[in-house]
Amino acid sequence: MRNRRLLSDLIWPLVVFGALAVVPKLDFSIPKLFDQPISSPGTLALLSACVLYGAFALTYDLQFGFTGLLSFGHALYIALGAYLSDIAITDWHWSFWPAIALTMGVAFVLANVLGFVSLRVGGIAFAMVTLAFAQAGAVLALKDPHHWTHGEEGLGADYTKLPQAFVGIVNTKNLYWLALGFLAVVFFLVRWAVDSSPGRVWQAIRENEQRVEVLGLRPRAYKLQAFVLSSTLAAAGGIVYMLLYNGATLAVTEPNFTLTLLLMVVIGGAGSRWGAVLGGILYTYLNDRLIAIGNSSTVQGFPHVLRTPIEQPLFLLGIAFILIVVFLPGGLAGLVVRGRTSGLRRIEAAVRPEVDPA
Amino acid sequence: MSTFFLLTVTGLGLGAMYFLIASGLSLIYGLMGVLNFAHGAFITVGSYSTWWTSVHVFDGIHSVLLRWLLSSLLGLVFGGVFAALVELVLIRPLYTRHIEQVLVTVGLSLAFVALVTGIWGPDAKTFAVPTWLHDTTDIAGARIPNDRWIEIATAAAVLALLQLFLRKTRYGLIIRAGVENRAMVQALGIDVRKAFTLVFAIGGIAAAVAGVLSGVYFNTVSPDQGTSLLIFAFIVVVIGGLGSIGGSAVAAVAVGLAQQYTNYYASAGVGDMIVVLLLGLVLLARPRGLAGAVVGARA
Repeated sequence: MRNRRLLSDLIWPLVVFGALAVVPKLDFSIPKLFDQPISSPGTLALLSACVLYGAFALTYDLQFGFTGLLSFGHALYIALGAYLSDIAITDWHWSFWPAIALTMGVAFVLANVLGFVSLRVGGIAFAMVTLAFAQAGAVLALKDPHHWTHGEEGLGADYTKLPQAFVGIVNTKNLYWLALGFLAVVFFLVRWAVDSSPGRVWQAIRENEQRVEVLGLRPRAYKLQAFVLSSTLAAAGGIVYMLLYNGATLAVTEPNFTLTLLLMVVIGGAGSRWGAVLGGILYTYLNDRLIAIGNSSTVQGFPHVLRTPIEQPLFLLGIAFILIVVFLPGGLAGLVVRGRTSGLRRIEAAVRPEVDPA
Repeated sequence: MSTFFLLTVTGLGLGAMYFLIASGLSLIYGLMGVLNFAHGAFITVGSYSTWWTSVHVFDGIHSVLLRWLLSSLLGLVFGGVFAALVELVLIRPLYTRHIEQVLVTVGLSLAFVALVTGIWGPDAKTFAVPTWLHDTTDIAGARIPNDRWIEIATAAAVLALLQLFLRKTRYGLIIRAGVENRAMVQALGIDVRKAFTLVFAIGGIAAAVAGVLSGVYFNTVSPDQGTSLLIFAFIVVVIGGLGSIGGSAVAAVAVGLAQQYTNYYASAGVGDMIVVLLLGLVLLARPRGLAGAVVGARA
């Protein structure tokens, strides 16, 4: 039994991450899957994005799939990580590490404050409140009252202040390894947190919050823990995003960004670590490739009625998402792991709107 | 003083749209426990079918007013039918599976915006309305655009109609009872599911009205207009108290006014912040919203 856990918790992840780590060294191409050779900067940039979004999806799954918190405002913390580190470096001319320290500190405090307020309500109301906070952040970044974020232009990072190993196309490999390293850290942290004793309480809250309360524990304090951990990790991912894309743009602040994370997690399998990561990777890959397919000559030859939907990746992914929610609530992970109550069904209790007065 | 009056009327006009969206959201949540993310799509169905029919169907009619009224009417019909279809096809099969119902509406809203963008492009379309709507009238020294009155009057009329419907008709009674205690209504042998489709249709029509009015207010319609209005409607619903029409009306007015005043007297964008701050304060003081009964108990 012990050996089996060791295998699933340590050996398998190490094997997978190890295999992913040698990807930049692969010098051949896979014609249908990627336009360019694997080790080319273009393909590596796409793979870095896939890996980073896998990590984002996992941080979201920590509060959604494992704790039952349906947040529509996760993007706020990713945006905070990307923008604040960028602003400190570019607008305030800080050096790299102090900027990172500041960003992580602010993210931790903000997650505590906003989490405290929004966890006053539960279920669906929590979703709406987190959405409102995220919207406030999006407006702030757009209107840019202090001329820090540069509004719609986005804020390109001052590359002279960044670690030189992460600057420029020649270093795409390093950026890929950075994203992969971040994913591995998040993966093992989530693994450790979920298995710790507070982590067990999070999952108990997801299944039945009232029972946790009856046991004499205070669910709100535990929910806040999960929320803060997940949000702070998201902010750290935001910093990786800033390095990967050499700056921050409004796209990370938008409410739709959180919704796409939700799509990734549900497609992969909520409450499953591999599921969330796979969902994030697959979604990001498809989102990129579907645009290429939409522009291909085959599709351009289709009649208008057929071509229009195919050219919109979000339309296809949205429909796929609906089908998965209806027919496969366990997501892709539910295909592999059978016999358990799967993904979404376990979160049901956490969002159910009423306890019928008996 | 005249600026203050103008801001007040404009804030009320904005609040009117928030109310039209929030009332449907609130009723749907109150009765069924579904946070309907697809409500933004209903707004878009209303505004786009109004725009499309006025350009492609009623383009033979010379009177702009008549063309606008006819196409708006069709817009409302489409909004209501679309909403009812969403309930029948997507929500009903997932009965009692709340998280999946919410997620399906999320997926629908994303896919729908993408589809509309794919078909008609991401750019805003000009919305043809009678010119006198955009003229101004001098009242108390302020030059008030005429369309503000239409928005306020329409929302007031919808509020009155909704209250009449909820208080005076049998279905209104069932809906009110269902919001109060759905299990009991079912135990009395009443098929609540018909009421589900009905509130979706009503919510869809109200959202389509908001879509038409937003076309008038902003002069244009665009694919993501629905979503951005929806976010403020969510705030209104939480401040007002989920399930309460009256609460939504009060909160919509408060949010619309607060937004306008601060956007003018402080600076653009601050108004949106103030609204979120207001939401935070209401949650700290009264987690159940202004009308107060529902949210906390359902957490």
